Amino acid sequence: MFTGPEIVETLEQAGVSHVVWLPDSTLGPWEPDLESSSKLQLIRVCREGEAWPLAAGLLVAGQAPIVMMQTTGLFESGDAMRNVLFDLRLPVFAVIGARNWLIAESGDSAKRFTQAILQAWELDWVLIESEADKPKLAEHYRACTQAGQAGVVLLAEGSG
Amino acid sequence: MNDMNHADIERRMPVESVLRHLAQVRGEDQIVISNQSSARLWPRLSSHRLDFNYNPSTMSGAVPFAVGLAIARTDREVMVLSGDGSLLMSLGCLVTAVASGAANLSVVLLDNGVYEVTGGQKTPASESAVDYAGFAAAAGFPNVSHFWELGDFKCRTREVLAARGPRFLWLEVGTTPRDVFQDKHAPITERLSNFQAALRRDERA
Repeated sequence: MFTGPEIVETLEQAGVSHVVWLPDSTLGPWEPDLESSSKLQLIRVCREGEAWPLAAGLLVAGQAPIVMMQTTGLFESGDAMRNVLFDLRLPVFAVIGARNWLIAESGDSAKRFTQAILQAWELDWVLIESEADKPKLAEHYRACTQAGQAGVVLLAEGSG
Repeated sequence: MNDMNHADIERRMPVESVLRHLAQVRGEDQIVISNQSSARLWPRLSSHRLDFNYNPSTMSGAVPFAVGLAIARTDREVMVLSGDGSLLMSLGCLVTAVASGAANLSVVLLDNGVYEVTGGQKTPASESAVDYAGFAAAAGFPNVSHFWELGDFKCRTREVLAARGPRFLWLEVGTTPRDVFQDKHAPITERLSNFQAALRRDERA
């Protein structure tokens, strides 16, 4: 949906300083553009559970990081996210690739539980599932930043 | 690798002595992140403006948290105190730390072989010859040290903390006195807010 240059431009204009990520096959092609940005620093983690506290450290020190991973990584890193968002009450923002969201006939359990998990964690999330939805990323980031709250952009993946 | 039996807890360094020494030698402008058991003991030994006792935390969260701070504050040294149980939960964070390029980071592993917060159950590594120094070296830490004798540790601490970073210090320590787990602390949001304010003041100064 987003090209690499588009995501970089969107994040740069939003004022994001660091992208803490563990990519999937949809987010992954953005790597060269994220890496070549002069305004964004790309931080690679080995496991999604590292991403939340690493972003927390950046945020506490005055930076503006976002976390980027797939829904499977969100599930895996639930306790780390819980601690950062609800114990530390830090407004870390995340872009989450929603695996197989656009595949109507998909039986992927990662797709099945995505919405329920987001709601269970009481996350303020918006869905981007078409070209027309793209402005929602910057809008939601801006709204969450101004409100000082965490937020999630769910990026629909799959054909479409 | 040392020849010490990891189960021989009597020979391990007293953790209170180790942390007291670290509190004495830490730089005035150094950030210190404690975690799990050390987050209970460190406040008895230090009340520095750049301390953050990260508890409650997610297990294995302290090292990545410190990496984030170190990336953001390259003008400051960052020391993180991690337990062995926490580190075992996410050994990949050692790779992340090196890959981040945070040369101002010291990871201090307090290895007592047990999950102490939950009452002292053994970790899977407690009765085997796990080589944490080997893990760190293989992950790419340019400076790795290993101490199990207090006198040696005290003699060499300043030297190893001044070496090129990121640094990894494996300290074989005894268990934490149980009474520290009864200590009362301010809510973490209050402590974090104070820490953030100190970082901001420190940046302006």
